[in-house]
Amino acid sequence: MSDTTLAAAPARRHRPVTTETPLARWALILLAGGGLALLVFAPLAAVFAEALAKGVTAAVESLANRDARAAIRLTLTIAAISVPLNAAFGIAAAWLITKFDFRGKAFLITLIDLPFSVSPVVAGLCIVLMFGANSLIGGWLVAQGYPIVFALPGIVLATVFVTFPFVARELIPVMIEQGRAEEEAALTLGASGWRVFRTVTLPNIRWALLYGVLLCNARAMGEFGAVAVVSGKIRGQTATMPITIEMLYNEYLSVAAFSLAAVLTLLALVTLLLKTTLEIRHADALAAAHRH
Amino acid sequence: MHIEIDEIAKTFGTTAALHPVSLAIPSGALVALLGPSGSGKTTLLRILGGLEYPTTGRVLFDGQDAAGLTVQERRAGFVFQSYALFRHMTVAENIAYGLRARPRATRPPRAEIARRVARLLELIQLPDIGARYPGQLSGGQRQRVALARALAIEPRMLLLDEPFGALDAKVRKELRQGLRDIHDETGLTTVFVTHDQDEAMELADLVVVMSMGRIEQIGKPQDIRARPATPFVRDFITA
Repeated sequence: MSDTTLAAAPARRHRPVTTETPLARWALILLAGGGLALLVFAPLAAVFAEALAKGVTAAVESLANRDARAAIRLTLTIAAISVPLNAAFGIAAAWLITKFDFRGKAFLITLIDLPFSVSPVVAGLCIVLMFGANSLIGGWLVAQGYPIVFALPGIVLATVFVTFPFVARELIPVMIEQGRAEEEAALTLGASGWRVFRTVTLPNIRWALLYGVLLCNARAMGEFGAVAVVSGKIRGQTATMPITIEMLYNEYLSVAAFSLAAVLTLLALVTLLLKTTLEIRHADALAAAHRH
Repeated sequence: MHIEIDEIAKTFGTTAALHPVSLAIPSGALVALLGPSGSGKTTLLRILGGLEYPTTGRVLFDGQDAAGLTVQERRAGFVFQSYALFRHMTVAENIAYGLRARPRATRPPRAEIARRVARLLELIQLPDIGARYPGQLSGGQRQRVALARALAIEPRMLLLDEPFGALDAKVRKELRQGLRDIHDETGLTTVFVTHDQDEAMELADLVVVMSMGRIEQIGKPQDIRARPATPFVRDFITA
């Protein structure tokens, strides 16, 4: 194999060895660009086009609807509860897995990945079985006036479960690569465990953490399957944005459905923009951290 | 500070990293732990620094049992093999870290910290690099910054893990002398780990030759050269 490449090299010396012919390059670029346009940009444009099909006023009016506003509020509330929880869980799990050796570590890593392999609908059903009004725990909680299923706690539970791996999965490879030496150095310099975490561990993982949090947030706002099962889809109460969108669409209220979808898309775009801005602003610190 | 290692052993799971070893390090000495990889020398150093706990045996600092001392309380200036500088902090912030980590009652004021950082940068002969990040330094510079950071906490002893391991031959020679000078100036009891017998013989007052978790010989460099105690020592120092 290496013989043929060596023999072919001198004939094409005018071009760097890692570059293809112009024809091949343009064909590949076109293929990638076309795929991107078809799969990403066209649907994105379609969402906004459908939302504004009957003018801006109609779109805004559909969003001003009481149920639509309740759905937006609910989705933001769920993200605001689930994302910090999973950031904390994710940091704790990654810290444990990368900085300590213990029995059952491989099992714990598998557990973290569980939400990726279990269908969200199954996860939702498990929560209904565990905490539904007919279950032991759920029945007791309902009697105390704290229903889980068909209420906010159930939706948060489902969202936390589905989005659990994002932060930990981002952090573990970064923390493994960085090793324990910096933390040990900080300890020998007299820093307490908490101080080491705050001044050494956290700054070193902040970019991975941010990325994990953004992914987690995007999924938390967009989750459908598990939430559909546990929420009961009560309009204006337990219907999140994705669920409201589906209900509106099924009722042929396409402007209302796509207006809400456009808001959800905008929320995703804002998070992306936020990440890019931060990356540009801190490019120096980022580069310095990577050069080490 | 006088260090007494009394029958220290360490096992990881079922493998013995250190068989019971004993060693007395006189105050102010510059000691080399010399041996091939897997000889237990780094484990012994980490036990002194409080980063590992011995399975059995005890360590005495000036006659006081170190078992109850946490890694922070030991005040060991530890220089890591890959330096372990904090990559997101400037050189000055790296050196100031230990002083800033002190409880408020014993923490020097900001100006005093800045003055000490400047003095340490002078000591390592890199007065102008305080504002740079570790990623912008050469290997030799990083090593000296790590040394300055360890010295900043006014340590009771200096522990260095393969301090010159990652450097090229020329820089190694220079920094060897640098460590000797700093040791002579501060009078700190210093223990360094190396697999390079030249380095150990040239730099140390006392050389401890280790192999397979055991101490093969303890002696002055010239004595070890003249009278190797075991066939292993003879082979290792002539290699």
